[in-house]
Amino acid sequence: MGHTESIQELAGTRIRLMRGTRAQSEAKPTLLFLHGAGGASVWLPFMDALAQQFNLLVPEHPGYGDSDTPEWLQRVEDLAYYYLDVLEELDLHRVHLVGHSLGGWTAAALAVKNCSRLASLTLISAAGVHVRGVERIDNFMGNPEQSLRGLVHDQALADQLLAMEVSVEERERQLKNRFTTARLVWHPRSYDPHLPKWLHRIRIPTQLIWGDKDRLFPPRIGEEYERLIPGAKLTLLSDCGHLPPIEQADKTAALVADFANNVTAGEGAA
Amino acid sequence: MKFFNFHLMPYAELDVSKIRDHGSAWVTFPNSHYDPLVGSKLYNRFLDELEYADQIGFDGVCVNEHHQTAYGLMPIPGVLAGALARSVKRAQVAIIGRALPLVNNPLNIAEEFAMLDNISEGRFIAGFVRGIGAEYHSTGVNPAESLARFQEAHDLIVRAWTETGPFEFDGEFYHHKYVNLWPRPYQNPHPPIWVPSQGSAETIAWAAQHKYTYCQTLGAIKTVAGFFNRYREEAEKSGYEPTWDQCAWSTTIYVAETDEKALNEARPHVEALQNEFLRMPMEMLLPPGYTSLESFKHIQPDMIGKPQTIESLNDAGVIIIGSPNTVRERLAEYQQLAGFNTALVKTQFGTLPAEMTRNNMDAIAEEIFPQLQS
Repeated sequence: MGHTESIQELAGTRIRLMRGTRAQSEAKPTLLFLHGAGGASVWLPFMDALAQQFNLLVPEHPGYGDSDTPEWLQRVEDLAYYYLDVLEELDLHRVHLVGHSLGGWTAAALAVKNCSRLASLTLISAAGVHVRGVERIDNFMGNPEQSLRGLVHDQALADQLLAMEVSVEERERQLKNRFTTARLVWHPRSYDPHLPKWLHRIRIPTQLIWGDKDRLFPPRIGEEYERLIPGAKLTLLSDCGHLPPIEQADKTAALVADFANNVTAGEGAA
Repeated sequence: MKFFNFHLMPYAELDVSKIRDHGSAWVTFPNSHYDPLVGSKLYNRFLDELEYADQIGFDGVCVNEHHQTAYGLMPIPGVLAGALARSVKRAQVAIIGRALPLVNNPLNIAEEFAMLDNISEGRFIAGFVRGIGAEYHSTGVNPAESLARFQEAHDLIVRAWTETGPFEFDGEFYHHKYVNLWPRPYQNPHPPIWVPSQGSAETIAWAAQHKYTYCQTLGAIKTVAGFFNRYREEAEKSGYEPTWDQCAWSTTIYVAETDEKALNEARPHVEALQNEFLRMPMEMLLPPGYTSLESFKHIQPDMIGKPQTIESLNDAGVIIIGSPNTVRERLAEYQQLAGFNTALVKTQFGTLPAEMTRNNMDAIAEEIFPQLQS
């Protein structure tokens, strides 16, 4: 199973796009994955698993990694509108939209505005909604090691990730990602107080996947999304932190795929 | 040379090991360490010190702005400048500076400064800064917008001071249907604007282009000389030759009978300021966007918060500690080396107690002013 990477102009901005390359992938339903604040510079096993069943698109957001940083990028709302433009430009239909963390917030904001090109929505450990009294760690105050340790539940995995050699280029990408994330989420810190008012507008099948040990956006935030999006269903992963696509890649990919396939199958039946 | 007495108003009666235990005196250092009975006495002591500076011949007194920190108790410096505008009879009163990007309505600063200028009958100096990175954690203002907000707030304030109103202002961050300042500033066209910085190339160029006084906040004298020279180059590019008055150097001076005595007396207090009150992690000092991504790539973690001794600071010419003769000679030498005509002198620093502060101020007035003040 492989993937291709290209830098291309999409909806007016030069971005880096990764795609799964399974034969006849064009015939498969499209799954658009919106990454979190850490970026998407690497093709992950989680993506590989999804690429077996879907025409998987993983763009690197404007402002992240090797993508350009346009002047207009100031809020998560801007990213949401950008991806609406992308869906139109690529003329995609019945898309399974999946977003993690910052990408989850973006996906929710997009779906609030317009679901017409979407078949389903999956939010994984999504930012965007605040619940009063729920304590969240501040990863702008910690150093890189402290931040990573706060994200991941299993500290042995954190040790592994911290021990990995990081190239100068990758370090610079991470720095760029951090700068862009700060620009987008600094205040209010990682949420939009107006988003909850309009989540009821998401009228497509929605599932929510959360690590039960997520300290950045604790499961209580997933419950709030569940309460506010009609018919949404929350699944908790046990002993998982904020990075389900990395911490529990197989399980997370299976949940995403099963849900999307059920939706597609349901359409066929109808 | 003109001598300004610059006060940081630290929470000086603190067991500084508390800062060490917490990791920093900034942003998250619990305010349970603040005792109002202690703090109220400190405010009045420090205001007395600045009034005393006026009485013994300093040319001006300075306060500044920091938030949520034991390093300095002046989140609203206008309160202190307001008190001083009445009690300081002769000297100028400077706020160096007010952090423009941190407010949502810069007209409040235009109003506050215009009031101070009127009450002091034109003795007010208006300092404009962005605030250090930690303020962006404390206030929630997005560091990515810091520079653009600074420039737009500056434009709005200067227009509000110099144009008669009402007029409309429509910027990127600030939108006002009616700008119509009451009171207008006392000085014409407006109070002198001073721009303190740690030496950013952009800020130096900007200050030079606007003919504003550039204040170098911290730094070894050779580095400071480089910054002041850059200021003069930038001024030349803008087609004028600045005077040395437009360069102000901020330093700490402590005078005692001998060099050794001065070093020994000042040591714990200088080192408390440098190594405890100033200490903060890189993530706090430089939130993403406070500098450009390019500048940030060139900042090495070991450049920040390296512990210093009083000797290392004194030898590098960050501070001047010594006998009257030593201080006179070094100050005169530094003035020629760097080319400045204003010294912003901290006479109280870190945990330095009241009596030692007074003795230091007296020594500076008696031993240094006669030869160097102009």
